[in-house]
Amino acid sequence: MAQALPNDGVMRAADGTPLKVALARAGRAERLKAVALVLPLFAFIIFSFVVPIFIMLYNSVYDPDVAENMPRTVLALKTWDGKDLPPEEVFAAFVADMKTAQQNKQTALIGKRLNYEMSGIRSKVVATGRKIGSIEAAPYRDQVIAIDKVWGQPETWATIKRSSSDYTPFYILSMLDLRQTPDGSIEAVPADRAIYRSILARTLGISLLVTLLTLVLGYPVAYLLATSPQRTASILMIFVLLPFWTSLLVRTTAWMVLMTDGGVFAGLLHFTGITWFLNLTGVLNGEPQLFKTRFATVVAMTHIQLPFTLLPIYSVMKTISPTYMRAAKSLGGTPFYSFLRVYMPQTLPGVAAGCLLTFILCLGYYITPAIVGGPTDQMISGFIERAINSENNWGKASALGVILLTATLILYYVYNKLVGIDRMKLG
Amino acid sequence: MKKFATLLGVALLAGSALGAAQAYAADELTITSWGGAYQEAQRKSQFEPYIALGNKITEAEYTGEIAKIRAMVEAKAVTWDVVSVDSQTVLAGCAEGIFETIDWNKLGLDRANFLGSDVTDCGLPTDLYSTVVAFDTTKTKEPADLFEALYDTAKYPGKRALQKNPYMNLEWALMADGVAPGDVYKVLGTEEGVDRAFKKLDTIKKDVVWWDTGAQGPQLLADGQVVFASSWNGRFYKAIMADSKPFKIIWDRQAPDTEFWAITKGTPKLEEAYRFVSFAGQPKQQAEQANNIPYGPSNKDSMALVKPEILPHLPTAPANLNTVFYADQQFWADKGDELRERFNAWLAQ
Repeated sequence: MAQALPNDGVMRAADGTPLKVALARAGRAERLKAVALVLPLFAFIIFSFVVPIFIMLYNSVYDPDVAENMPRTVLALKTWDGKDLPPEEVFAAFVADMKTAQQNKQTALIGKRLNYEMSGIRSKVVATGRKIGSIEAAPYRDQVIAIDKVWGQPETWATIKRSSSDYTPFYILSMLDLRQTPDGSIEAVPADRAIYRSILARTLGISLLVTLLTLVLGYPVAYLLATSPQRTASILMIFVLLPFWTSLLVRTTAWMVLMTDGGVFAGLLHFTGITWFLNLTGVLNGEPQLFKTRFATVVAMTHIQLPFTLLPIYSVMKTISPTYMRAAKSLGGTPFYSFLRVYMPQTLPGVAAGCLLTFILCLGYYITPAIVGGPTDQMISGFIERAINSENNWGKASALGVILLTATLILYYVYNKLVGIDRMKLG
Repeated sequence: MKKFATLLGVALLAGSALGAAQAYAADELTITSWGGAYQEAQRKSQFEPYIALGNKITEAEYTGEIAKIRAMVEAKAVTWDVVSVDSQTVLAGCAEGIFETIDWNKLGLDRANFLGSDVTDCGLPTDLYSTVVAFDTTKTKEPADLFEALYDTAKYPGKRALQKNPYMNLEWALMADGVAPGDVYKVLGTEEGVDRAFKKLDTIKKDVVWWDTGAQGPQLLADGQVVFASSWNGRFYKAIMADSKPFKIIWDRQAPDTEFWAITKGTPKLEEAYRFVSFAGQPKQQAEQANNIPYGPSNKDSMALVKPEILPHLPTAPANLNTVFYADQQFWADKGDELRERFNAWLAQ
């Protein structure tokens, strides 16, 4: 029996539920299905991308080594005014902390951390740890200073006090070639230690140069590919894609073989007389040195990145109808003028996409500069690798990562303002 | 409280640096050494005979980075159970507690019978190797001394291959700059002294190719990429003997050092590690290693078993000792981290 429906003017589904509710129910089921489809990817991105980035941001300021291993000293230093030598209680606490640290073999950890800010103190902390057992009773101050006179300097204690918080701006500052003075103000590090700003500039510079080179080399090729007859284009495309499909490491190693001193490249220059000519004009003295140079780095990176710039440009060019050019010409435009005013503006979304792709990928280059570049061609990723693998300095690695991330975001913002990300097209 | 990120990182690091080998090696003793000719000699004299006794081991390679061992111990994820380490690493690591203190009773070996066993409590001395410079006799005229080879770029134009490490490069720089060998560490202990060493190194900076692994020095020399190369004497010996390269070692200012087997603190395979180290310390094993690579065995009973033709190639052969330089390993154990950091900054400039 059909239930009597209340005549209240509400639209209803066949089973009597109000249409609004029924629609919402059906919609909810659809949405749940959609979420379920996206969920694996979403979870993957959270765990492989978002969480590590937050850990990295956190690690670049998190620094518990001193606070954890010298709790009593840190507490005693709280009331110290930082002017003269700390009072006797601080030294007593220091002796107690160092004895514990020596037992747990943590003195090297304390030394390592303090040494970031006070070069040379690491060995003194470790040596003090070895000798601290001989101090048995008060007064502690003179006995501690007798072990090493570094403990008689107020700056040492100021450094400990400054390192005693769980959080520190130290890593980020030092990766910008800045440091905190004992009184807390910020100053530039001496010129012979300042390297990170130049490394950042180098990373951006090499990336920019490679991006421009790939554009200059790739644009005409993309045009050729887009406008050739299908058969020719397919064959040409293979030449672009084949290296693209080859492993980056293989290609880099191939460049190593080609660029080695006295290798294929040098032989070619010699054979064609270019070496002779360069020597004659005084540009070169003897055989060219290509391997482990900036030149080799840029050439190898350009080769590897070329398809990344070329392919987006090509796919955009494919969509441009030839009728536009014909129309431009029929209206009296010279080939060059028509190309410049009609064709090229239409390719810009592809150019923008290709260049951004190449530039961002270049920023992270590590293995290619390591293999074909010299020590002064290493980019920021190489230093991140070294901080982790050879120095075990996670704070430094994280801080470098944060700086690279920030620089990339700033550049992305500028790029967006100039070009407009919404105008970008990959095909 | 350990950093979660360190754990995560070490897991990543172990995965990437050690490769797939690690995945199925969980139940096997992992022995890490310096690769190349040295590890080959260890393989022939120690690993293979040990495996023949029914044991299982996995090999790994490194280039001497103490930080990797530190990271494992800090994260309590030890994957290298036994590591071949030089004096400065074992000294620094012993002070920091990242190596086990060796119980000689448990090894069943007599400590007094090992040369260099007084250096540290954390390692079994295996051999005495030396850091030296060599050249190709068919391409380069023999230099008068080491400093002419490294620093006289007018007389010997071309590149030099040096280790990407301040160890011995700073000492050689100071001595080339006129510091008496006995005063090297007094000078290097001061900020000005370090500046002075780097200033001297500046004069050849553009002429240096820096190597990471011991095999690269002889390789660069063989390829004609450099006129002089530094490495460890056994690596050049291997190139001369096995590969018939016309190399000659400059023994001037050679820097001998003792190598050790050390057991990483916190290894889950402590018993097996002891068994292996005890086996590796036997006179026969140490002598067999010396027969494969000319590093002087530490076990005093081994010398009688070393082939006579090896003896003149040992760093301790009388003819090679005329101007030997004994590096201060404790100095490097204390200051190595600082100087390496400074060195890397200098390289990147």
